[in-house]
Amino acid sequence: MGSLQLKSIRKAYGSHEVLKGIDLEVKDGEFVIFVGPSGCGKSTLLRTIAGLEDATSGSVQIDGTEVGHVAPAKRGIAMVFQSYALYPHLTVKDNMGLGLKQAGKPKAEIDDKVGKAASMLSLDPYLARRPAELSGGQRQRVAIGRAIVREPKLFLFDEPLSNLDAALRVNTRLEIARLHRSLKATMIYVTHDQVEAMTLADKIVVLNAGKIEQIGSPMDLYNRPANVFVAGFIGSPQMNFIDGARLGDTRAKTIGIRPEHMALSRESGDWKGKVVHVEHLGADTIVYLESEQAGTITVRLFGEHRYAPDDIVYATPMVGSMHRFGADDRILD
Amino acid sequence: MSKARDSIFRTGFVHVALIAYTLVSLFPVFLTIINSFKDRNAIFRAPLTIPTPQTFSLIGYETVLGQGDFATYFQNSFIVTIVSIALVLLFGAMAAFALSEYRFRGNTVMGLYLAIGIMIPIRLGTVAILQGMVAANLVNTLTALILVYTAQGLPLAIFILSEFMRTVSDDLKNAGRIDGLSEYAIFFRLVLPLVRPAMATVAVFTMIPIWNDLWFPLILAPAEATKTVTLGSQIFIGQFVTNWNAVLAALSLAILPVLVLYVIFSRQLIRGITAGAVK
Repeated sequence: MGSLQLKSIRKAYGSHEVLKGIDLEVKDGEFVIFVGPSGCGKSTLLRTIAGLEDATSGSVQIDGTEVGHVAPAKRGIAMVFQSYALYPHLTVKDNMGLGLKQAGKPKAEIDDKVGKAASMLSLDPYLARRPAELSGGQRQRVAIGRAIVREPKLFLFDEPLSNLDAALRVNTRLEIARLHRSLKATMIYVTHDQVEAMTLADKIVVLNAGKIEQIGSPMDLYNRPANVFVAGFIGSPQMNFIDGARLGDTRAKTIGIRPEHMALSRESGDWKGKVVHVEHLGADTIVYLESEQAGTITVRLFGEHRYAPDDIVYATPMVGSMHRFGADDRILD
Repeated sequence: MSKARDSIFRTGFVHVALIAYTLVSLFPVFLTIINSFKDRNAIFRAPLTIPTPQTFSLIGYETVLGQGDFATYFQNSFIVTIVSIALVLLFGAMAAFALSEYRFRGNTVMGLYLAIGIMIPIRLGTVAILQGMVAANLVNTLTALILVYTAQGLPLAIFILSEFMRTVSDDLKNAGRIDGLSEYAIFFRLVLPLVRPAMATVAVFTMIPIWNDLWFPLILAPAEATKTVTLGSQIFIGQFVTNWNAVLAALSLAILPVLVLYVIFSRQLIRGITAGAVK
């Protein structure tokens, strides 16, 4: 079991409010990702759930029990940190077993659980080493192992992949996805990387300036963004935003179209424009163009295309791919 | 290319400067030690020559060690220095941890208040301290000295250690909290090992003024049973006659223990730097 309810969580440092009333429900076994730009309060929210920070007001419930005044160690949580935070003077084995040792579990049980977690993460050969003798990827696996050993109700991850290089990041991401499937545990994960969010999450919570902008599955957020912020944050390259008035739309203040939802042609189309820059990525070609009607727009084409700067082209949005936002930046229905 | 030559020139200059400074600081020590092995005439006739078979003499050491009380003086100095260092490190580290780790009302004011101790010499308060010690019946005890030296060492210790403790990763402390370590366990088992180099620095800074101090032993504990080495050596310096052999021998002997302690602490310094922590 591992469900979580947050009710109007507020957190202020002095007069500066970091979290402005967060309500959230996480069901047992869900993989929830908090995503948002730096300073949006996502890490603070995670620390509040862990009990490392006290909320100024509001309630945190784990499995229906109020844990506002419960010490972090007694909340049934485990946390994986960006900087790994391994105990430098302890071996891998002792690092992983410390939580259980503090809880007064018998040695045989600790050895058994550490052994299982180590084989799950293929850490067996390193059990006698100290953190200083491990590579970055191995250290992060030890940190994950330390969390698994505690068999928590909630796993909390605080940007666990940010310190790893690109190749390791992909591997460790797959490892975390595999763990979630095999442990069927509830996981809450903080990241600023939307690729991690899209690939791992059952449910994404988009935060901005201490408020939740939208909660939904990755495809919900991609296909039906609730406002301009979410539309711009999810998806890469970023969605094109065009002034509604320019396109003759009287109701919508802004119209958004994803770069991949546009067709490009040399002969004819809706918006005529001049190519400014082209990026060839092999699988994709990204074309930046300056159009007369819609201003600067980005078009993402699949496969290889031979466009060059200063070419005259016509861009056409695909049918039904426009997102229309009103004066309050919210989606119009 | 010019860069390489530049850096050779620069390192050369740095080394020359450092060697010159080393010679200047070691010269008095060297002089003290060589003269402590000479007879009285040779000390005055040729103070700068090293002892020859003709001038070699252990009379100074015989006087000092024959005096009998010097073992006690050494013991007193040792007790006072070691206990004071231990207390300064313990209380200094704990206060520094509290100041750097916890947000509480008056945190900054408290830090500044403690820093004032670095700027104002404790000797200004000698009269009040003496009155206090008399009232507390602590005059002529080593406790009096230990209390004063602990107070004297704390401000700098807290200042240095709290700066270092701010650099210890929050994640590490939080990981400890989640694993159920108490705040004391976090302090003693996670933070202290990581700031060991700073502790060694503080220990060295604290130790030397305490070992060398003449002022407080003279005022607070001049009794025969509580004399420290520095104070004990004074009996050979008279108003009319000074037993230079004995003075130099006593001073040479007094250098040794500090040297040993320094070597111990500086090894800690190096070991602390090489230990792998976070990342």
